[in-house]
Amino acid sequence: MQQLAIHHRPMRKPVSTFLLLTVPALVIFTAFIIIPVFQSILFSLYKWNGLGPLNKFRGLNNFSILFKDPVFTKAMIHTLMIVIISLAVELPIALGFALIIGDNKFKGAVFFRTVFFLPYVISEVITGILWQFIYHPQYGLVRSIWLFFAPESTSPAVLANPDTVLWAIMGVIIWKYFGLHMTLYIAGIQDIPLELKEAARIDGANPVQVFSNITLPLLKGVLSVSILFSILGSIQIFDTVWAMGKGDPVNSAETMVTYLYKFGLQRFQLGYGSAVAVIIFLICLVFSIVYLKLIVREEK
Amino acid sequence: MTGKTYIDRQIAWKASAYLLCVTMALIVLVPLYIAVMGGFKSMGQLMTAPLAIPSPCLPEQYGDMLTGKQGVLWQLFGNSLFVACCTVSLALVLCCSAAFALARMHFKIKGLMYGYFLLGLLFPLTVAILPIYIQIRNLKLIDNFLGVILPQVAFQLPAQILLLRGFFRAIPNELEDACTIDGYGPLGFLWHIVMPLSTPILATSAILTLVASWNNFFLPLIAFNDQKLYTLPMGVMYFQGQHASQWNLILAYLTLAMIPAIILFILGQKYIVAGLTGGALKG
Repeated sequence: MQQLAIHHRPMRKPVSTFLLLTVPALVIFTAFIIIPVFQSILFSLYKWNGLGPLNKFRGLNNFSILFKDPVFTKAMIHTLMIVIISLAVELPIALGFALIIGDNKFKGAVFFRTVFFLPYVISEVITGILWQFIYHPQYGLVRSIWLFFAPESTSPAVLANPDTVLWAIMGVIIWKYFGLHMTLYIAGIQDIPLELKEAARIDGANPVQVFSNITLPLLKGVLSVSILFSILGSIQIFDTVWAMGKGDPVNSAETMVTYLYKFGLQRFQLGYGSAVAVIIFLICLVFSIVYLKLIVREEK
Repeated sequence: MTGKTYIDRQIAWKASAYLLCVTMALIVLVPLYIAVMGGFKSMGQLMTAPLAIPSPCLPEQYGDMLTGKQGVLWQLFGNSLFVACCTVSLALVLCCSAAFALARMHFKIKGLMYGYFLLGLLFPLTVAILPIYIQIRNLKLIDNFLGVILPQVAFQLPAQILLLRGFFRAIPNELEDACTIDGYGPLGFLWHIVMPLSTPILATSAILTLVASWNNFFLPLIAFNDQKLYTLPMGVMYFQGQHASQWNLILAYLTLAMIPAIILFILGQKYIVAGLTGGALKG
């Protein structure tokens, strides 16, 4: 019988089918991702307003102007701050709640999971405008809370104040995304065999020891994915910031992408804007490569 | 004694856990509640009683929007729905066929092509946005839905091909052989065996694309000048600009604009969560 079994022959022919299946995807992918990315690099070396021929070659001039612009420096610092706050505040909050409601025995766990994940599906623009209202100095919820604690004072206009606007936006970012990360962690936690935790408990481990010796090490994979998502997402943040005041007042909430948009598409300095894009790309690339290296080492 | 303190500690821990969860749930839900209620209120009420139930209640503010007297909500829904449906169907067809070819057909160039698609994972939309603008301008796709749909599809390809290829590879060879004996070629195998077996993963892939398209703001922002083409996020922002201080109307508009995403989330939560976590767990 064994010999009669047909040896599996992988599908090969016809070439035309293979091409039919792959070429449309290849064309769209090449036209709207690969070519534009290389064009970004090319444009960044020119001074160009998007019209007429691309002939004012400036070498690395755009980059040196960029690094001399204090607004771009600000934008980079703000972006870095968003990355740091996401990692240092948002992810621990997400992990904390995942530990509580990742346990199916916790009553209401499913309800809380649904509620916490909800802001993730609401569009960034709607979220941003809604929070403009929450922060509104005359009508907002923040005003009510402020007046409850300090009835005699005037409530602050957090989005109009250069010192507070970035922090206010970071609050919204945490509000919107902690549930996503929590959901990733819960999936990771539920993948851990219960026997492991029970065995540790029988051996006399307290909850902190169970967490640091079992849960945390086994969550490593999920944690690293979530950290990478968070870093790459924070570097590219645009919609939320734009919907909450376009990076103003006085560039106090400017991020790298709002800066790119303002120069590239509002002022039509495509060469200069592309230089910003190249820098964003390099930063993302460095993070991705470091991440992949770490993952590969982990697997070995 | 130790038993008692242990139980006490358990209770204290449970209580604080619930306190934390309820507080966080309030932080998430109260802004949404304020938006829904705010839509029923007058400006005066918004100022004096931001958290209270609306009285008098002004349902006509929502009514005017739903009947089209105020704003262009239905047009925005229509545009968003059209862009999302086109993006999802085109992305599904292209991702499925490419992933299938890369998973089940054997040509030497396959590995190279797969690597080429994966390269796309390294390039975020923001990096390519300026040349994409030039590209759609050269293709005369400014103020054309295709100007948003095609780049959206392109940016779905790398991750979805990765997801689907992995799934398609896991389908047993015996099924393929059986299909060949029945006289089907690769396309028959794809249509009669692979697609029906992959319904859950296709649903996941479709719904992730749908959410991404529905909420996309950056591409419509560069591609549409004509207000008639605006999708929801663009339209909501425009409405806010037009009614700068009439927050009761803006909140009503926001509430109505949020509803489709929330319904979709409740219906498709299983697939959304599976799609997001599936990628993370497999690393």
